[in-house]
Amino acid sequence: MKHPVFKEIGHDFLGLAEAMGSAALTLKSVLFWFFRAKFEFQETAKQAVKIGVDSMTVTVLTSFFTGMVLALQMGRSMKNLFNEPMYVGTMVAFTMLKELGPVLTSVVVAGRAGAVVTAEIGTMQVTEQIDALYTLGTNPTRYLLVPRYIAFMVTLPLLTVFADFLGILGGLLVAVTQLKVSPSVYMNDIFTYLDVSDFMHGFIKTFFFAFMIATVSCYKGLHTKGGAEGVGKATTEAVVTSMVLVMVMDYFISALLVALGI
Amino acid sequence: MIEIKNLNKAFGEKVILKDVSVTIKDGELFSVIGPSGMGKSTFIKCVIRLLKPESGQIIVDGQDIGSTSNEFTLAKVRRSFGYLFQEGALFDSLTVMENVSFGLKYLTDIPKGEYPRIVKEKLALVGLEKVEQLKPSELSVGMKKRVSLARSIATEPKYILYDEPTTGLDPVTTGMVKDLITDMRAKLKITSVVVTHDLSLALEISSRVAMLFEGKFVEVAVPDEFRCSTNATVRQFMEISHLPNPCAPAGIQRMTGKNGKK
Repeated sequence: MKHPVFKEIGHDFLGLAEAMGSAALTLKSVLFWFFRAKFEFQETAKQAVKIGVDSMTVTVLTSFFTGMVLALQMGRSMKNLFNEPMYVGTMVAFTMLKELGPVLTSVVVAGRAGAVVTAEIGTMQVTEQIDALYTLGTNPTRYLLVPRYIAFMVTLPLLTVFADFLGILGGLLVAVTQLKVSPSVYMNDIFTYLDVSDFMHGFIKTFFFAFMIATVSCYKGLHTKGGAEGVGKATTEAVVTSMVLVMVMDYFISALLVALGI
Repeated sequence: MIEIKNLNKAFGEKVILKDVSVTIKDGELFSVIGPSGMGKSTFIKCVIRLLKPESGQIIVDGQDIGSTSNEFTLAKVRRSFGYLFQEGALFDSLTVMENVSFGLKYLTDIPKGEYPRIVKEKLALVGLEKVEQLKPSELSVGMKKRVSLARSIATEPKYILYDEPTTGLDPVTTGMVKDLITDMRAKLKITSVVVTHDLSLALEISSRVAMLFEGKFVEVAVPDEFRCSTNATVRQFMEISHLPNPCAPAGIQRMTGKNGKK
């Protein structure tokens, strides 16, 4: 007789394999309709506003204060080590552009917009609105998923650029007011030691994150079961999965980009 | 004409439909009755292929869609159908106007400028006016059902499938929906399949009634014959629904009371 623990583990692995297979099929369907269907401009624009524009405030606050705290901590550390707040601009910009800009923005978008997408599609699933789409001659992938994928892929990189800029600006504010570093020194540190490839490193990562967040949110929404409780559960799972995957993917994509010299 | 041949459907190990066969002729109002959980909704969802059967044929106007997975074939056949969902399944994010015109956009070549006129016309047919700009959340349950019906008939389908059209409605709205179903058939010559557990409704409006029990049709007959059925399950369901047996000898009729109540 199988031990209950092994049975449980086996059951979980089978469930994971099934979910991955199902997600792959969803992805296949998205790619199929992306190239076959007429572009849904109105729906895509609506989603871009929901995902991108509506995430702006929280992105502004997160990145600006992250930049500020980075400058503060690095400036203090440098002052302790070298008696001078050296390279504050370099370190703030380096960290924001390569890591914190893309990762923090992705986490914010996964938590805010990802949850909205899963809850919306999940509610449509449990109230038969997805079935209604089929009966009205529309494939849900075409009408719901493709516009959301495009919206995530377009807005997340743009939000990241915005976050990078605001983080550096936040750092500048602290560097000038708290650390008494002049703005020209701060900016000079950035332009002397960083180049476009540092920006590209973080920027490229956001496309992978956007694609992953869109896949997880849409997949979880489409596979929602069990009424309002099921919608809540699917939304939580989508947010947690996306956030964890952002961190995991961050390492592997960074390693790959470093190996490629970006 | 819709021909169902040897239809089998199961969810995991639970068998829902067992070798179901029936032919629904053009212009008919065919009702499927039975207790809850006996597979009535599964049956009509298989007819329009929202669910894929394990085996069997679903032949709509000569085309078998029972086993196909081709999205385009299914979409083509679904064009001949309208579907009234149990809870209406109106799209929450769209107005009544957008909901009713949804099928026009995806299923027809009608110019966009014509939509307001058609929507107004269909809403008038279901007894609604000046609701075009409202969202589903601003409508009562009965109004939602009527808007959903307007959406189903907007593209003038050949067949309409009604899933529990009167469930959850008050007696006045139930009467209204009942009249709408008969009107749709009389005015638009639409072939209708009604799934309901309301036996008196089915007997009143249908041209044929089928009783689905434990995955099989145990009786398929015109209402007058159905009322006199000797099938034990039908008799029991008639008794539970407080409907008298007009063919029973007078003595037995008296024993069960005028309305069939013991």
